[in-house]
Amino acid sequence: MTKKDLANFLHKRMGLNLKESVRIVDKFFEIIVESLAKGDDVKLPKFGSLKIQTRKPRLGRNPSTGERIEISKRKAIVFKPSKILRAKLNNSKSDQDE
Amino acid sequence: MLKSELEEKISKIFKFENETSQKIVDTLINYMSSAISNNDRIEIRGFGSFFKKEYRAYTGRNPKTGDQVDVPEKVLPLFRPSKELLSKLNDSKND
Repeated sequence: MTKKDLANFLHKRMGLNLKESVRIVDKFFEIIVESLAKGDDVKLPKFGSLKIQTRKPRLGRNPSTGERIEISKRKAIVFKPSKILRAKLNNSKSDQDE
Repeated sequence: MLKSELEEKISKIFKFENETSQKIVDTLINYMSSAISNNDRIEIRGFGSFFKKEYRAYTGRNPKTGDQVDVPEKVLPLFRPSKELLSKLNDSKND
């Protein structure tokens, strides 16, 4: 699935025109990216949250030369899925377990 | 950022009623959830991708008590940020 599919779906489901749907989907992700770039976590209930974590600097090795190099402090993004989304993915499986 | 704040921004940009933006955001989120659970990978350029991964059942231990626990098989949604997004995050290192 790409942005194009999302725009098509908006267009069909909500009756918005296709061009506008494309712009809405673009903006939707742009706003999320902007928020993350500012260091602000994004919380989307029923889906999950995107959290920023700071990774400590550590010593690594260049795998091909064996040289030690410092991997600098950096930020990473962690997706924490909501319980609802997890349940949706595991539905059929957990039914069998019980 | 909360979902309501995202909706407000969309309302402002497109001059929508808040209710419309709310419907739009809910529709997009629902559709993405269904895609992931239907095994359809979501790929958004400049943002990242969502996909699901299946994990086998295994016997783990409760780290506090050392008791054995059976962990059933499970499916988890994962997100992999794009390189562009990660470099954007780490450009603003000064703060």
